[in-house]
Amino acid sequence: MSTFKQYSVLPGFSLALGFTLLYLSLIVLIPLSATFIQTAELSWQEFWATVTAPRVVASYRLTFGASLAAALVNAVFGLLVAWVLVRYRFPGKRFVDALIDLPFALPTAVAGITLTAIYAGNGWIGQYLEPLGVKIAYTPLGVFVALTFIGLPFVVRTVQPVLEDIEPELEEAAAMLGATRLQTFQRIIFPTVLPALTTGFALAFARAIGEYGSVIFIAGNMPMISEITPLLIITKLEQYDYTGATAIAVVMLVISFALLLIINVLQWWNRHRNSLA
Amino acid sequence: MSIEISNLSKQFGSFVALDHIHLAIKPGELLALLGPSGSGKTTLLRVIAGLETADSGQVLFNNEDSTSKHVRDRQVGFVFQHYALFRNMTIFENVAFGLRVRPKKHRPTSQEIDQRVTHLLKLVQLDWLADRYPHQLSGGQRQRIALARALAVEPKVLLLDEPFGALDAKVRKELRAWLRKLHDDMHITSIFVTHDQEEALEVADRVVVMNQGRIEQIGTPDEVYEKPANPFIYEFLGHVNLFHGRVQRGRAWIDNIEIHAPEHAEADAFEAIAYVRPHEIEVEREINGEPALAARVVHVLSTGRVVKLELVRNNHQNQDTIQVELSKERFRALQLAKGDKVYIRPRRLDFFPDPANQSLLAS
Repeated sequence: MSTFKQYSVLPGFSLALGFTLLYLSLIVLIPLSATFIQTAELSWQEFWATVTAPRVVASYRLTFGASLAAALVNAVFGLLVAWVLVRYRFPGKRFVDALIDLPFALPTAVAGITLTAIYAGNGWIGQYLEPLGVKIAYTPLGVFVALTFIGLPFVVRTVQPVLEDIEPELEEAAAMLGATRLQTFQRIIFPTVLPALTTGFALAFARAIGEYGSVIFIAGNMPMISEITPLLIITKLEQYDYTGATAIAVVMLVISFALLLIINVLQWWNRHRNSLA
Repeated sequence: MSIEISNLSKQFGSFVALDHIHLAIKPGELLALLGPSGSGKTTLLRVIAGLETADSGQVLFNNEDSTSKHVRDRQVGFVFQHYALFRNMTIFENVAFGLRVRPKKHRPTSQEIDQRVTHLLKLVQLDWLADRYPHQLSGGQRQRIALARALAVEPKVLLLDEPFGALDAKVRKELRAWLRKLHDDMHITSIFVTHDQEEALEVADRVVVMNQGRIEQIGTPDEVYEKPANPFIYEFLGHVNLFHGRVQRGRAWIDNIEIHAPEHAEADAFEAIAYVRPHEIEVEREINGEPALAARVVHVLSTGRVVKLELVRNNHQNQDTIQVELSKERFRALQLAKGDKVYIRPRRLDFFPDPANQSLLAS
């Protein structure tokens, strides 16, 4: 213990560490391990049969596919929004800035109902898309729209401070050295925001995978087509199939954890390459 | 490359940053733009660089109007006060940047880039840092890298915006001498902005003193220091002592001291202020025939090559301290201590009409 302990003007290392561990255990570790323990009641064959049922596999595909697509779109447009908010001054900028946080604050069910109303065949936007043959509500596309909606603030809010940190002088210096705007963006601005952008992407992605409330309204929840994995878990719970629910939960947990781990490793590698050569 | 600036004006809202500036810069010259903050010196530099556009007026490079030329095509190197190094690149890549972004036709081969960057890093004596990142370098090292990066594209003009402003006193002195030497070796037309008069006088071939968007004086460091054109420059360039007096037909008085003022030979009587630099005041223990002002010593600072005295005049309503610098030898001969009574006589005085008095007359 004493080897970890560093002198600090603020005392209380042991107490703070103890509290942190207790808190993490109560809130995160114990509930998570409970899912594993519950799942352990199944034999391997049963477990495998549950988590690879065609309906379940289809839901994985939708959940992870739509989440990935939504997070990618958010990475691009979130960067753009952050750029506009940092670099330009325009009337109503503070309002737009506040608007970004709305998906954070809005109850997800409200978001889901609103999106459904707008994108349904007779909705504000849906009525113009339907004649073009584009259906959004009650299709996988609707899932993607909902996930994009809830993921936007994550990218904007992580990229914004980093962009604010880039002095305009860097761009001026690049221009004085003969770089075009595109080159300045490619070689200076983008590499600088990349770590923050990856973090924002990862957060949006993780949030999208777990999203439930806003999706179930717009998705239509047709088995094999527009049914997300969290909904399947709920369905199993409603049928009192607790172990089946936790089995799927364990799979999601493992995949999510693996994805976050990969992103973190990529980031660590990127930072390492950039700071210690 | 010669630079000619004619009738340049620039406003930010109601603030006049540049007010009809005329300035000619000779090829190969090292010019200092000196002035207090808000005097427009940085704005002038940025307009020359093309980073800022003037409201009116022209900037001519080699007699060619560059007003509409893009920053990229001006062949100007710019060094920023806070270095503006690219933090995601190694030192080597920072210096190589200007070469790597060239269009394919004009881009040197990677071998040539290698050679040129290595040469530049040697020139700034930092070739051993090529693989480091900017945040691993000290301020002085970063600024030298910024300079090497600006030089990599072989600019015709080098512009430096308060290049040593963010550095501590010792490093600043070293870099000053080093910049002077570098300029002497390369002979590239250079303009640097500074608010530090010592820096400007020590490094530059010519000094341009600016105030409130206007040029107050242009001259060599000696000219500007020895013959300041007006009270502003006197007060801006180093310590000065201020006396109040009167001038009439080539003669001037400060209390009982009469002094020749040949440059005011034609002037009718006017109230005047006079400036004296601390090293241009004679100090005596006794009156030796010539009229002198009585004063007493209130503080002695004897560390260093010159001894600095602070005096206050005896029986006089003006109790501002008068600063005097003496050589160590003279100080020893006088054997002065705090509280001693002395007689002082300015060796040289420059008279200007008293602004306080003038405004009285005007109102």
